[in-house]
Amino acid sequence: MSSQRGKRSPLASVGLHATLIGASVIAVFPVLWVFLTSLKPAKYAITTDFFKDTTLDNYRYLVDKTSFFTWFGNSALIAGVTTLLGVFISATTGYAVSRFKFPGMRPLMWTLLITQMFPMAILIVPLYNLMGQLGLLNQPVGLIITYLTIAVPFCAWMMKGFFDGIPVEIDESGRVDGLNPFGTFWRLILPLAKPGLAVTAFYSFITAWGEVAYSSAFMVGDENLTLAGGLQTFVTQYTANWGPMTAASVLIAVPAAVFFLFAQKHLVAGMTAGATKG
Amino acid sequence: MTVHTGQSTAKAAGEGARGRGRATGERPGRLRRALSTHWYAWTMVAPVVIVLGVIVGWPLGRGIYLSLTDANERNVGRTIGANHIDATYKFVGLDNYVDVLSDPVFVQRLTWTVVWTVCCVSTTFLLGLVLANMLNRQFRGRAAYRMMLILPWAVPGFVSVFAWRFLFNRDNGLLNKVLDGGGISAVPWLDDPTWAKFSVIAVNVWLGVPFMMVALLGGLQSIPGELYEAAEMDGAGPWKRFLYITVPGLRAVSSTVILLSTIWTFNMFPVIFLLTRGGPGDSTEILVTQAFRQAFVESPRDFAGSATWGVLILAVLMIFAFVYRRSLRKQGEVW
Repeated sequence: MSSQRGKRSPLASVGLHATLIGASVIAVFPVLWVFLTSLKPAKYAITTDFFKDTTLDNYRYLVDKTSFFTWFGNSALIAGVTTLLGVFISATTGYAVSRFKFPGMRPLMWTLLITQMFPMAILIVPLYNLMGQLGLLNQPVGLIITYLTIAVPFCAWMMKGFFDGIPVEIDESGRVDGLNPFGTFWRLILPLAKPGLAVTAFYSFITAWGEVAYSSAFMVGDENLTLAGGLQTFVTQYTANWGPMTAASVLIAVPAAVFFLFAQKHLVAGMTAGATKG
Repeated sequence: MTVHTGQSTAKAAGEGARGRGRATGERPGRLRRALSTHWYAWTMVAPVVIVLGVIVGWPLGRGIYLSLTDANERNVGRTIGANHIDATYKFVGLDNYVDVLSDPVFVQRLTWTVVWTVCCVSTTFLLGLVLANMLNRQFRGRAAYRMMLILPWAVPGFVSVFAWRFLFNRDNGLLNKVLDGGGISAVPWLDDPTWAKFSVIAVNVWLGVPFMMVALLGGLQSIPGELYEAAEMDGAGPWKRFLYITVPGLRAVSSTVILLSTIWTFNMFPVIFLLTRGGPGDSTEILVTQAFRQAFVESPRDFAGSATWGVLILAVLMIFAFVYRRSLRKQGEVW
C-alpha cells in the first residue's frame, strides 16, 4: 500500500480521479456504444444519438431470422468443456511441476513456453488435415482439443506459480496422514488453490469463447458454427447492417462478462502468484 | 527456476534423475526405480504431454516438412466427389526459404511487425504501470474503477474489434462525427496507411492494458508496505521510492508479462485481420497475417509458402526468447 495514505493533497486527489475516470471512459465506451446502438432501430444504427426510439427489434430479428441460438449453444458447449478440462489438466500439470522434480520437467516447462510462440498460421493447415483424417472436422471435440492446446500451456504456468505459493508443509502433513500424492493434491491443495483455479477457468473460457481463426476454418454449415463463425457469415450476408450485429455482439459479450464477474475477485491474487513466480 | 521441492523424497528423486542423465541407458533396475519414484508426477503431466504431442508436435513437424516442398492447392492430395487425387508435390529443399528471404517483402513485413510489437508492448506496459500504481492506493471507488478498467479483457476480442471498426468507420463512425462537430475534417482511420497503423496499435493497446494492469497490480500488492515506510523515514521522496522500491519489486512480474505479451503481440492475428485485413494495400500486414493470407486468401493457396513464413516467425520468436532469457540471467534473475 502506498505510504501517501491519508495525506494526498486535494489537487492530487482530483488528478487521480480525473485520470481514472478518463481511462475508464476509454475502456468502457466502445462496448457501451455497441450496446446503445443495439437498442436503436436498425435504420438509426449509425446516428450519434445515445438513445433513439429504444427498441428490442434487433434482438427479435436475431432470434427469429438467424440460427443465433444454435451457434450460441455450440459455443457454450465448446467453451464449457474446454474450461473444465483445461482447468483440470493445467492444475495437475502445474502441481506436478511445482512439487516434484522429475526427469523431463525442464523440457516440459520449455515446451509449455515455446508452445505459446507457435503462430497458428503454421499449425492451422496441418491441423486441418489431421482433424480431417481423424474425422473431427465439424465436431465440437476437434475444436475443444485445439483450444486446450492454446489455453493449457499458459494456464499450467500460472497454476505452477500459484502452487509454489502454497506451503509444502501442507503436502507433508497430508502424507503423514497417509494420503497418496493424488489424495494430497485433490483434498488438500486444490481447495486452497481456488483463486488460481478461477483465473485459469476464466482464461480458458475466454480463449474458447472468443477464438476466430480455428473455429471459422474447422466448422462449416449453419448448424455447426460457433458464435465467432456465425457472426462472420452475418457480416457478409447483411453487409453494413450494423443493427442486428451489435445485438449479436451484446449477447456474445454477456456470458463472458458474467463469467468474468465471478472470476475477477480472484483475478489479482491469482495473477500475482502466477506472474511473480512464473 | 526457483528451487521449490521441500519434500525430501522429491529432492532425492531429483538428484537421482540428474545422476541418471549422466549415464544413460544402463541397468533396467534404474528405469524401474525411476518409474516407481516418478510415476505419479508423470501421470499428472501425461494429459498435457499427449495433447501437445499430437495436436502441436505432429502439425509442427508436418508444417516444417511442408515448408521444404512446393505444396499448394493444386498439387496436394484431395478428394473431389468420389475421385481421390494423390498428392504430387515434391521436396524442394530450402528453395522456399531462399525465395522468401531474398524478397524485400520479408524485410518490410518483419520491420513493421517489430515496430508494431515494440509500440504495442511498450505503450501497454507504461499505461498498465501508471494505472496499476493509481489503483494500488486507497480511495473511494477503487473497486468500481478496477471493474471498468478490466472490461476490455472481459469482452471477446472479435466483439471489441468489431466495436472499434464501428467507431472508426470513415463516413458514419462516431469518432469522425465527433471530430466533425469540432470542425475537424474526417480522419481516414482505416483507409490511410499511416492512420491504419496508428489505429491497429491503438486497438491492440486498448485490448492489452487490462492484462498488464492486473498483473502489475498483483506485483505491487506483493511489495511489503514496510519498505515504503522505511524509505519515507529515511527521507526518500515519491519518485525515489518508486525508483528504488517499486521498480525492483516489479522486476519478476514485469519480465514475465513483457515476454508473454511480446510473444502474443507478435502473433496477434485477430486484431489486424478483423480490423484492416492487412490493408489498406498491405500496409498493416504483419508476418502472421501474411502467412495466413498465403494459405487461405490468395489463390491458388500456397501451403508451402505459408509454412515457410510460419517457420520463420517461430525462429524469430525463439531467438528473441533465448536472448531475453540470457539477458535476464545476466542481471541475476533466475528464471
